[in-house]
Amino acid sequence: MSHFFLHTTLGLVILTVLECLAILVPLLMGVAYLVLAERKVLGAIQLRKGPNVVGPFGMFQTFADAIKMMTKETVIPSGANRVLFLVAPFLTFLLAMIAWAVIPTNNGWAIADINVGVLYLFAVSSLGVYGIIIAGWASNSKYAFMGGLRSAAQMVSYEVSLGLVIVCVLLVVGSLNLNDIILAQRHVWFCLPLLPMFVVFFISALAETNRAPFDLPEGESELVAGFFVEYSSLAFGLFFLGEYMNMILMSAMTSILFLGGWLPPVGIAPFTWIPGPIWLIAKICFVLFMFIWVRATFPRYRYDQLMRLGWKVFLPLSLGWMVLTAGFLLATGLLPTTTPHAAAIAASAQTPPAVEAAPSEGAG
Amino acid sequence: MILTQIAFYLFATVLVLSAAMVVSARNPVHAVLFLILGFFNAAGLFLIAGAEFLAMILVIVYVGAVAVLFLFVVMMLDVNFTQLREGVQRYAPVGAAIGVVLLAELVFTVARWQVVPHPAPIAAGNGLPPGITNTEALGRLIYTDYVFLFQACGLVLMVAMIGAIVLTLRERPSAKRQDVSKQHARMPADTMEMMSLSLGAGTTGNHALAAGRDGFLRPHDGYGAVADEGGPGVRAPEDHEADHHHGA
Repeated sequence: MSHFFLHTTLGLVILTVLECLAILVPLLMGVAYLVLAERKVLGAIQLRKGPNVVGPFGMFQTFADAIKMMTKETVIPSGANRVLFLVAPFLTFLLAMIAWAVIPTNNGWAIADINVGVLYLFAVSSLGVYGIIIAGWASNSKYAFMGGLRSAAQMVSYEVSLGLVIVCVLLVVGSLNLNDIILAQRHVWFCLPLLPMFVVFFISALAETNRAPFDLPEGESELVAGFFVEYSSLAFGLFFLGEYMNMILMSAMTSILFLGGWLPPVGIAPFTWIPGPIWLIAKICFVLFMFIWVRATFPRYRYDQLMRLGWKVFLPLSLGWMVLTAGFLLATGLLPTTTPHAAAIAASAQTPPAVEAAPSEGAG
Repeated sequence: MILTQIAFYLFATVLVLSAAMVVSARNPVHAVLFLILGFFNAAGLFLIAGAEFLAMILVIVYVGAVAVLFLFVVMMLDVNFTQLREGVQRYAPVGAAIGVVLLAELVFTVARWQVVPHPAPIAAGNGLPPGITNTEALGRLIYTDYVFLFQACGLVLMVAMIGAIVLTLRERPSAKRQDVSKQHARMPADTMEMMSLSLGAGTTGNHALAAGRDGFLRPHDGYGAVADEGGPGVRAPEDHEADHHHGA
């Protein structure tokens, strides 16, 4: 059985498909409950109850909304570029999904445990802008176009500081592999020594996912609904799903880079009994709560303020911190020099037993 | 592996087709989108060749940043491609010459012809211990043997960047700019004055208002009285000379 799954082409294909399903099904359920959680948390912050009618505590509200959305008519504006108009939401949805291939959910558990994992994540998250800009252009509408242009400028600006923050982390780790990055946080999570970068990363993640207070591409007070103003039905639903999946992805990135990924907070008994994926999910939920909290607290930024923050505050700050990190590591001789993958393999033998559960490849 | 071969032919075919579409598409936005598709497939080919770092950098830099700006500009400009094509006859020889040079280079590479008498050793994988990743191999090579070339590339890019800024930046004295530090340093006392006014006297009965520094409504202005008299700023000052003064 294990020979079939690990050593034949067909077996590997089936195994990979199963692994993808194991990631995507919980992810889509997570989106459904994230939407509900957002409405509940916003309600609680604004002293309301939030959705509480459909199902116990409103648990089925999202599914009711999804059915409503799917049964609506897909309207394509007569002046729109039909092909690109329909490609854009699929592109957004697809990009939000493929990034999950490299996210490690436990020691070595990832569909693709590749050496350039961070670069892959960064690449995929920087591609998210295409769905928005294509939607804005293909709709042939002024508001949508304005939203698309705003999004393009915003995401390119914040990617720069996002990239520099990632470089800071990579300097400390000495590897581009996501699993190595988590293993490097065994003793201390990077959110403590790199606290300013953690804050910059979180705020840039808000801007990168077009979330409040940086939701200018959809800015309903000026642009009606921005880039998806012409979308309805399932096409709108795909944008909606894509946005929430991107939020979860950015939370996962924050957890992996700064909050120790699947590692427990301290490596002693009661914490190590809880398996790694649960820790990762808990950290993702925490960051997601911060996303929603920020949305309920801050008013929307003005566009020039957004650009100023990105280019004049975050870029110099992250660039300076990167030089500082490199200088500090060099001066104290802490710069990682060994081939990190070998070190990680050696280190994984010392990790707590709960974390050392058999990797998914061996389960077949 | 059969999967790798399928992937190679898929990427190569789509790359060639999309490259052809870039030059033949009527709509400039479509042309840029095909260019992006081309970049993607080139990244796929890099991956198959085992150069995962180059593949990711290609996607991040070209697709994630450069092509976004291309798309941005092409969408904003109303480029008329049929007009651009009128010069095709004139520029065709130049294009053909560049094509010939590129083809010659390709032939040199594929046939491994040696032009330089003693070629520099560029074998990245040979001098390195086994198990080293291709990112690290590249880093070791760039930052040791080729550090000056690398720095020169950086300088060229910086000159290009400064040049672009110098060309596009123009001083517009009429533009209103926000000075955030100045704004933060502003205190309430600089712009606002709190007054206690006598009730029932209206704006005419309040000397401080009548002296009307600038005619703006302040939070403690009697709004009802404003409606009666048309606002504190419009009144003539001589009406109020006899009014008693309320300490502000």
